[in-house]
Amino acid sequence: MTQLTLAKALGSGLRRALADDDRVVLMGEDIGALGGVFRVTDGLQRDFGPDRVMDMPLAESGIIGMAVGLAFRGFRPVCEIQFDGFIYPAFDQIVAQVAKLHYRTGGAVRMPLTIRVPYGGGIGAVEHHSESPEAYFAHTAGLRVVTCSTPQDAHTMLRQAIACDDPVVFFEPKRRYWTKGEVDETVLDEPGRAELMDRARVVVEGTDVTIVAYGPLVATAIDAAVAASDEGLSIEVVDLRSLAPLDLDTIEASVRRTGRLVITHEAQQSGGLGAEIAASITDRCFLHLEAAPARVTGFDTPYPSARAEEHFLPDLDRILDAVDRVLGRANALTGWSPR
Amino acid sequence: MLDSTAEGLPGDELVQLLDPAGTRMEHPLYESYVADATGERLLSLYEDMVVVRRLDVEATALQRQGELGLWPPLLGQEAAQVGSARALREDDFVFPSYRENGVAYCRGVEPRDLLRVWRGTSQSGWDPYSVNMATPAIVIGAQTLHAVGYAVGCRRDGVDTAAVAYFGDGATTQGDVNEAMVFAASFAAPVVFFCQNNHWAISEPVGLQAQRPIAERAPGFGIPSVRVDGNDVLAVLAVTRRALERAHRGDGPTFIEAVTYRMGPHTTSDDPSRYVDPRQRAEWAGRDPIARVEAHLRAEGVLTEQAAARVAARADEVAAAFRAGCTSLPQPAPLSIFDHVYAEPNSALDRQRSQQAAYLRSIGEVAE
Repeated sequence: MTQLTLAKALGSGLRRALADDDRVVLMGEDIGALGGVFRVTDGLQRDFGPDRVMDMPLAESGIIGMAVGLAFRGFRPVCEIQFDGFIYPAFDQIVAQVAKLHYRTGGAVRMPLTIRVPYGGGIGAVEHHSESPEAYFAHTAGLRVVTCSTPQDAHTMLRQAIACDDPVVFFEPKRRYWTKGEVDETVLDEPGRAELMDRARVVVEGTDVTIVAYGPLVATAIDAAVAASDEGLSIEVVDLRSLAPLDLDTIEASVRRTGRLVITHEAQQSGGLGAEIAASITDRCFLHLEAAPARVTGFDTPYPSARAEEHFLPDLDRILDAVDRVLGRANALTGWSPR
Repeated sequence: MLDSTAEGLPGDELVQLLDPAGTRMEHPLYESYVADATGERLLSLYEDMVVVRRLDVEATALQRQGELGLWPPLLGQEAAQVGSARALREDDFVFPSYRENGVAYCRGVEPRDLLRVWRGTSQSGWDPYSVNMATPAIVIGAQTLHAVGYAVGCRRDGVDTAAVAYFGDGATTQGDVNEAMVFAASFAAPVVFFCQNNHWAISEPVGLQAQRPIAERAPGFGIPSVRVDGNDVLAVLAVTRRALERAHRGDGPTFIEAVTYRMGPHTTSDDPSRYVDPRQRAEWAGRDPIARVEAHLRAEGVLTEQAAARVAARADEVAAAFRAGCTSLPQPAPLSIFDHVYAEPNSALDRQRSQQAAYLRSIGEVAE
């Protein structure tokens, strides 16, 4: 076990993937000598050469489209999109080509691409550098969409994504890049030791309310659970890991225990993952729910400028407010009271 | 630089080896590339073009009769497709748009498989690896980047295989095609960009896409280019062979602009009478790609009455099998819509599949 930041854990995952399979190639802007703008690929080009760790011309559609051709040829490309807001120029190649080629060809052509996207806010960045576009991709059949919240998951899930024969959009919570944690790099060496990347994980056990979170907000949800415990509340926190497919079984089991559900994400509310989870869980355990599921999300605005982002991002207080709501308790912060 | 003007730009000049009257023309550079294409060999190119035209006409008729939802005719582009496809080595890999049915025929795709997409029985008609040709890309120009990636992969694998991207004049406006040229040049990819300038992007004339000959763009990306008479099967064969030779040798990408004309509609859904000047069409009819080979082969005494009858019989035979194959294409099974979305199990989709199977059983339908 080693103590690594989440960013370093991703780097060590990439290093292992490159070493284990010579069909793995990394592609992206500035990933070579610079080691990526977040240094996730630091040292990899030096050790594996420019043919395995390729600095790409500055065109996102080009990067993904070229990766499609390499996948046609049997390679396993790992593409780095520099920032969330820059994935849109590659949207067509991802949703119309990468996602559909296996289906279109009746299973003849595999698209084992991994598309790494640093995402989310909270780092005081400029426009196009703090977005959460995961719902677009979760909505697209043929893609798997995952995100990690700990260094261990970052390492393990990235290697699992690269080994997966389906395309995986891998969202990296950039404001947690510097979070440290223990990482066991041998966890995939023996089959069955690692949890599957599409299985959600109960991070904190509790009995009163379930909070479902993913990526950057898992830590915030844990903080909320700790704060709530001071008031004698027992909160269960579920880290989704996979956004497509959703591990509804794990959420359902939790909600059957707690009877109350709060879902939180940074992305805008309308049409977001929270709506999908609320609808699916209501469908599955309507009679077990004591209150309607509540969502704590970003607002339906463009991501605001850096000095206003604290008003946009779900924080501990907004999550606790939603906990009060599903408990049917008045909340001093919002003035909300049960009807 | 491949050709031709002093500045290294291709200019307006077209490579031509067989004029519209069927006369062989001299060309110092390209003649040697088609030295073998005489007599029976040229006759077989002629036969390919006749069969491809016949398939195209037959498919158009099938659409009119309600057997196909749509068909993108290639009438007038037979030389561009057959000439380029017959230049390919078996291991070269093709990334086509939706109009390359003539190329697919030459790659060995079963004619009836050309119809699956347009009849709506599946999303693609063949396994790309069985004929080394990807299935049609409908999004304009997306496949050009795939060709570049495949070509770079060939180099990584240490083989001299080349990739060929087919696209039209309209596609040259797309970002992906321009990105593909940047990437191909950056990585010296063994790729051939084969642009069929058929003068139309649905109803938009080529002049709306390009103010200068399209082949002039490629040198700006660092890619040599050539303009060829796309209705001259010999010239197309020659320039494609040369471009592939460069790719196989490791000399990187080449851009070919085959100047041709789409004699029919973009697809069976549009109405060219609204936008095509009949005089322009008549002018191009005088440059028909098949008529000139026919005239040449008759003058050479290769296309005897006997040979002509043999070619006609072949076209009849292929067309009859094509038509019969169309109507015998199996209806997809209800639950087949769930197949091949993912390569590995997916809990969300598995759930929907089993729910739908249960529903179908409940109303007495056979699910599989």
